[in-house]
Amino acid sequence: MSGIELRQISIIAGKEFRDRLRNRWVLAVALVFTVFALVIAYFGAAQQGAVGWRNIDVTIASLVSLVIYLVPLIALILGYDAIVAERERGSLDLLLSLPITRLEVLLGKFFGLAGAMGVATVGGFGLAGVLLFYQLGSAALFHYGGFVLSAFLLSLCFLSLAVMVSVLAEDRMRASGIAIALWFFYVLVYDLLLLGLLVLSEGKLNLNFFPVLLMLNPADIFRILNIFGFEDVRRIYGLATVFPETLANPWLLGSAMVFWIIAPLGLAIWRFK
Amino acid sequence: MTDQLIEIRGVHKRYGVTTKTTAGPGINAVDGVDLDIAPGELFGLIGHNGAGKTTLFKMMLGLLPVTSGEIRIGGQAVRGEAFRQVRRSIGYLPESLALYDNLSGLETLHFFARLKGAERATCPALLARVGLADAAGQRVRNYSKGMRQRLGFAQALLGSPRLLFLDEPTNGLDPQGILEFYRILADLRQGGVTVVLTSHILAEIQQRVDRLALMRNGRIQALGTVQALREGQDLPLTLRVSFRPEGEAALRQTLATLGIATFEIDASSARFTCPRQAKMAVLTALTAAGPVITDIDVHEPSLEDIFLGYAEELVP
Repeated sequence: MSGIELRQISIIAGKEFRDRLRNRWVLAVALVFTVFALVIAYFGAAQQGAVGWRNIDVTIASLVSLVIYLVPLIALILGYDAIVAERERGSLDLLLSLPITRLEVLLGKFFGLAGAMGVATVGGFGLAGVLLFYQLGSAALFHYGGFVLSAFLLSLCFLSLAVMVSVLAEDRMRASGIAIALWFFYVLVYDLLLLGLLVLSEGKLNLNFFPVLLMLNPADIFRILNIFGFEDVRRIYGLATVFPETLANPWLLGSAMVFWIIAPLGLAIWRFK
Repeated sequence: MTDQLIEIRGVHKRYGVTTKTTAGPGINAVDGVDLDIAPGELFGLIGHNGAGKTTLFKMMLGLLPVTSGEIRIGGQAVRGEAFRQVRRSIGYLPESLALYDNLSGLETLHFFARLKGAERATCPALLARVGLADAAGQRVRNYSKGMRQRLGFAQALLGSPRLLFLDEPTNGLDPQGILEFYRILADLRQGGVTVVLTSHILAEIQQRVDRLALMRNGRIQALGTVQALREGQDLPLTLRVSFRPEGEAALRQTLATLGIATFEIDASSARFTCPRQAKMAVLTALTAAGPVITDIDVHEPSLEDIFLGYAEELVP
């Protein structure tokens, strides 16, 4: 039967990863993350009238607001043309005429881009983390590490969506349109829709299924995952009040994110064949 | 077992309504093709754009599933894990291929060599073979159209393939490049490599292929050697006769005797056509006209003529 050759996957992944290193994509994104993390850590509480190194909870809460916009956008831009660009170029036919399967091409693309995303995320926020460590101490590092890991998972969710778009779209133009639309929907519109639903229902609606609706958006999972651990932060965020504590288990939320990584990729694999 | 390398049996490809590559709903891109290609053969597939050449190519490579029918290469169906091994000995140059702009020529070959399981050490020699030795370290971004096509050809030659599929291989090549391309192809054939190529430049391949298939509307309209296609079509020959000025009257007289009423004539030469069967009679009569006739050129009908002849048969 059709076996999977890891060697072929790693050749494709290696090329994708090196391409992103060579064109300095990884470096640029990592620098953006470092600079934003440091600026937010220092100026994050400026609205409350204070400037300087604050406690890690507030810093992370501010970072989450940034990451939730930035990371999905970067991941979508990174992956939206993974397959469709090869198809337009004519090189997809050439690749597939070689001893490599469609599954191996797709997985190679995903892992290579995921590697680039991972190095940029961990490298960028990690560098900031080293600097924060001197200011905030080692206890803060645990929370911060969780934040970085979840930010990487978030990027993989949207990378997976992007790769799916790159398989389904007929050309690059359409793929970029769909990618932007996805970002718009999940990052900007989705929460507003939920909020509108809450307001319109005027409390008549059974709120038990509300957490499920939040789970349908990887950006919301990421937010919940990062703010639920902090008592004072939880109060700032209104949405957290509709989310029962029993569901705020990091493992459950983490699994939901992993589902969001696997599902679009699985759909992409199925459609690509 | 048969001794054919490629066996195509009753292959159809029907595109649905939703595809972007067809002009309308439910088009038969390939409509019942049977074809055998023997090992070591240089086989040409010609036809207009949209005749189904590229679709047939992609099905032979297992890139597109057939709607019905069967294709075998080396006795092996063109799909699944067993065909993966066959792919290692196949070279493919797609039509209108754009390679990776950010890689150099050598890096491009290295990438494909690794995927194909070919020796990376052979890459510089391959680049030299297609005339790109000096550009090996340059990024493909800076390559001309002809250089890109040469690089694509070098890529197809990775791993010493036994079978080459070349879709419009001389696209973008200058005349010198075309000559070099066919020289390499001749070398490969010495080594027993089987080549299937498509072209719409008929004059270019008619001297070089063993056999031709003319495709039209997804069907093979005619199949055989160039000579067989010529005879099958029974097209007239074209003769060009040069003469001394004082010989014009004699020539006109001779043509009148032969019953050739239409011809183009100027001060020193005349052009006219005659049926293949009348060739010897015409030549004898012209020779008999004496030394005023200085030269006679006999032109076989070109592939274009043959192609047009077969195409016209279809017109209602």
